[in-house]
Amino acid sequence: MHIPDGFLDARTALAGGALAAAGLGLALRGARRTLPDRRVPLVGVAAAFIFAAQMLNFPVAGGTSGHLIGATLAAVLVGPTAAVVVMSSVLILQALLFADGGLTALGANIFNMAVVAPLVGYAAYRGVSRLWGGDLRARLTGAAFGAWCSTVAASVACAGQLGASGTVAWDVVFPAMTGIHMVIGVGEALITTLVVAAVAGARPELLDDRTTGAGRVGDRTMVGYGALVALGLAVFVAPFASTWPDGLEMVAERLGFAERASESPAASSPLADYAVAGIASPAASTAVAGASGTVVAFVLAYGLARLLVPRGARGPIPRAGGAHGSAPRPV
Amino acid sequence: MHHGLSDPYQPGSSPVHRLAPAVKLAAASGFVFAVVLLPRGTWPAYAAAALALVAAAAASRVPLRRLGARLLVVEPFALGVAGLSLLQRGGVVVFLALLAKSTLCLASIVLLGATTRFSDILQTLARLRVPSLLVTTLALLYRYLYVLVEEMGRMHRARRSRTFVRGRWFAWRSSATVIGHLFLRTSERAERIYAAMCARGWKT
Repeated sequence: MHIPDGFLDARTALAGGALAAAGLGLALRGARRTLPDRRVPLVGVAAAFIFAAQMLNFPVAGGTSGHLIGATLAAVLVGPTAAVVVMSSVLILQALLFADGGLTALGANIFNMAVVAPLVGYAAYRGVSRLWGGDLRARLTGAAFGAWCSTVAASVACAGQLGASGTVAWDVVFPAMTGIHMVIGVGEALITTLVVAAVAGARPELLDDRTTGAGRVGDRTMVGYGALVALGLAVFVAPFASTWPDGLEMVAERLGFAERASESPAASSPLADYAVAGIASPAASTAVAGASGTVVAFVLAYGLARLLVPRGARGPIPRAGGAHGSAPRPV
Repeated sequence: MHHGLSDPYQPGSSPVHRLAPAVKLAAASGFVFAVVLLPRGTWPAYAAAALALVAAAAASRVPLRRLGARLLVVEPFALGVAGLSLLQRGGVVVFLALLAKSTLCLASIVLLGATTRFSDILQTLARLRVPSLLVTTLALLYRYLYVLVEEMGRMHRARRSRTFVRGRWFAWRSSATVIGHLFLRTSERAERIYAAMCARGWKT
């Protein structure tokens, strides 16, 4: 999902940069207020950890493999505010050192993968695990669902930016990006949940809200983050989603194939049947497809959590302090 | 794994290496922004930019083979995103223009990485008043990246040599467990780093 240089127009790149600066600035300010000195090195090493974890390949099918993105994992392990700093640092290093993701697209990439992804993932994780009483099974359901939501939300923002830049027509890029990432999100959810389960099995106190510092992130801060994410999605996606035909026409005109606008360029793509057949309005059928995908993802998340935490083992996560002095377990 | 994880820096004493890191950072970003702002399909301008880049690469005396290999590693991603534009009408020209632009930008960043130490870039960022928490995080990320990647490789190898993997589910579970335990080691390492930093008089 790293957008390279040359794919965004100046307007979109600037908007992405402003939103990323706002999100990262908010997180850095929050971290200065609430992050104890003792946790500062952990934020840096956690960034190296996420980078390293992204390099482990998971076999998918036919010799292909996928890897973790890690935004939700970071948010679960070090809290949402630190996760924004962690993911931004990973993206900055990747752009400057490894030419992975463009310099002009750095703002957009940070907004998608370091602001939207960890915050959406964390909101879903916190929502689900709080509603269900915070035991391990609820937390794993929340982590799985959060990882899926964060992957899809980031891909929607990315599609909006590519569409708004006129690089790729919205009705090509939106179903392609979102459809692919609804599948990739399942892998992301699986890895995230398995990792969280492994940490919970060995050092459960590390997931405690008081250890991660997430307890210090108030609901007001979360609302502020939410407003920022919503603003970004409104800037990049709403022009297409709300006035659907106008958005299409705009892109069609810009790409100079307005005369063919009635014939969807996506019709020949393998993802054309992403929209649900039998529903007339494309906006409505996309909404139905998205909603049913979300429901399926949630059911899968719950099933995975049940599989990993059998009925007998449903204890709450122990509070910090109990096992803190215990020796690290051998791997 | 998407980039051969060796430090891209190629030690040298060429004029490009000796240039102040701030100048190189400004030049590379300026180049990237200029290329991005070029209108689509202005091929002579692309060629001029490519020529300037080749001249800088030659002046840096970094073997072209090295730079080319790095470029090949990062190119597939641009290719993948650009490929999406082929799905639309008149996509071929868009595709070629995107590919040319992004290759030029990638090459300039590859050259920057090959001739500039990352620690120098960090110092420049700190002087540009980038918030200190971000610079500290980047510095620690860079310092421990290779350590953790190696540690993860050892853990993964040890795990694979001890377990006979039956099917994909077990492969996923054991890889995820490696990541989970890498985090445990990471958080313990962070505590040791904090103690070491305090002992050396570190303050936020």
